[in-house]
Amino acid sequence: MDENTIICRCSDVTLKEIRELINDGYVTFDEIKRITRAGMGPCQGKTCGQLIMREIANATGQNIKDVKFQINRPPVVGVKLGLIAKEGRKNEE
Amino acid sequence: MKQAEIVIIGGGPAGLCAALSAAKSGSNVLIIDKNKNLGGQLIKQTHMFFGSEKQYASKRGIDIPEILIDELFKYKENVEIKTEATAVGMYEDGIITVLEKEDNYYKIEPKAVIVATGAYEKFLSFPNNDLPGIYGAGAVQTLMNVYGVKPGNKVLMVGAGNIGLIVSYQLMQAGVEVKAILDAAPKIGGYLVHASKIRRMGVPILTSHTVKEAIGNEFLEKVVISEVDEKFNRIKGTEMIFDVDVMCISVGLTPLNELLALRGCEMKYIPQLSGIVPVRNENYETTVENVFVAGDATGVEEASAAMVEGFLAGLCAAAKIGYKPDDFIDRKNDYIKQLNNLRSGPAGKHILAGIEQIGR
Repeated sequence: MDENTIICRCSDVTLKEIRELINDGYVTFDEIKRITRAGMGPCQGKTCGQLIMREIANATGQNIKDVKFQINRPPVVGVKLGLIAKEGRKNEE
Repeated sequence: MKQAEIVIIGGGPAGLCAALSAAKSGSNVLIIDKNKNLGGQLIKQTHMFFGSEKQYASKRGIDIPEILIDELFKYKENVEIKTEATAVGMYEDGIITVLEKEDNYYKIEPKAVIVATGAYEKFLSFPNNDLPGIYGAGAVQTLMNVYGVKPGNKVLMVGAGNIGLIVSYQLMQAGVEVKAILDAAPKIGGYLVHASKIRRMGVPILTSHTVKEAIGNEFLEKVVISEVDEKFNRIKGTEMIFDVDVMCISVGLTPLNELLALRGCEMKYIPQLSGIVPVRNENYETTVENVFVAGDATGVEEASAAMVEGFLAGLCAAAKIGYKPDDFIDRKNDYIKQLNNLRSGPAGKHILAGIEQIGR
């Protein structure tokens, strides 16, 4: 059943994959992100973030408030590199 | 680089009130909103609001943005508005980056910023939860009330909080059949006035029930639900099947504030505030100087509280950068009193227990 349960909709990561990784000892969002790309899609972890935190909390016996959060970095939505370069050049002039 | 006094990110109830409050104190404000229209989620709230007159009670949500924007127009020399503009980054040197429409990317250097970015819908994990036809309840409300699109014909609503109840009612108003509302909690979370209206229309509200799985090939065709015990474990043999083409997930909102997290504000997970929130003081200033927060971004509550928080944050941000009006203390105390009144009910107790944990 877990293989049909989608946790990260952007990158199609399933509950089965997440649970296997947690079993293997990957117990932070960022480790799971680096392996599966969960949280790296257009929504930047807004669907999977808390679901994964809860899975980690349940598996490790922690309270969800003690589970390490995901690290956010700009930009929060996709921006074309050309636009960033253009703005950067503006400052050099 | 574009200079600004106070940049307000998000033009929903909190952001509009923050802009109004800061402009009233004499500051220039720049509102950035990713949507075409200001008003945030108010623009789809066709129901009347509760609360008191100061927070526009007995008005319909959709009518409130116009009132606030008209009011804002009085300070039009002080107000600049950017719509279809998304704040995409906030950096250590205070600079904010913005993506306006598809192809205009620029930087702003503000003296202060108020983040009023609201909240987003939580999701559930169950088998086949990615079938077309499974939506957030708020998304369905936007489809119907903003875009005039009927989401489907037969709906199962998951979550008996206010959003679940109100959206169920609005679906029925739009001629969509609501088969049932379920909630894993043993009690209905939303206001009983909303719940009884729905019960009178013959829709069952099944408490202590949860989704077991969704079934369908190309799109949602059936949902299997089951009863849960007091520890939320499914009870075998209690399964029920619903033939529906839409399932709305309405299991709560969580604060949207990643801009504060990436700016370096101290963040905390507080269950009573529905997720990760910034640590802040009573002026709604975060642990980063001149970075303020208001509305659901600081903890999920109601639009009425978001508006008052906006007024308070706007007042304090303006004062911080040199626009302290003579009646500062009176205005501040009035906003605090309004918030205390709004939080005096049973739901408010919960919120106050959360707020106690975010003081810095």
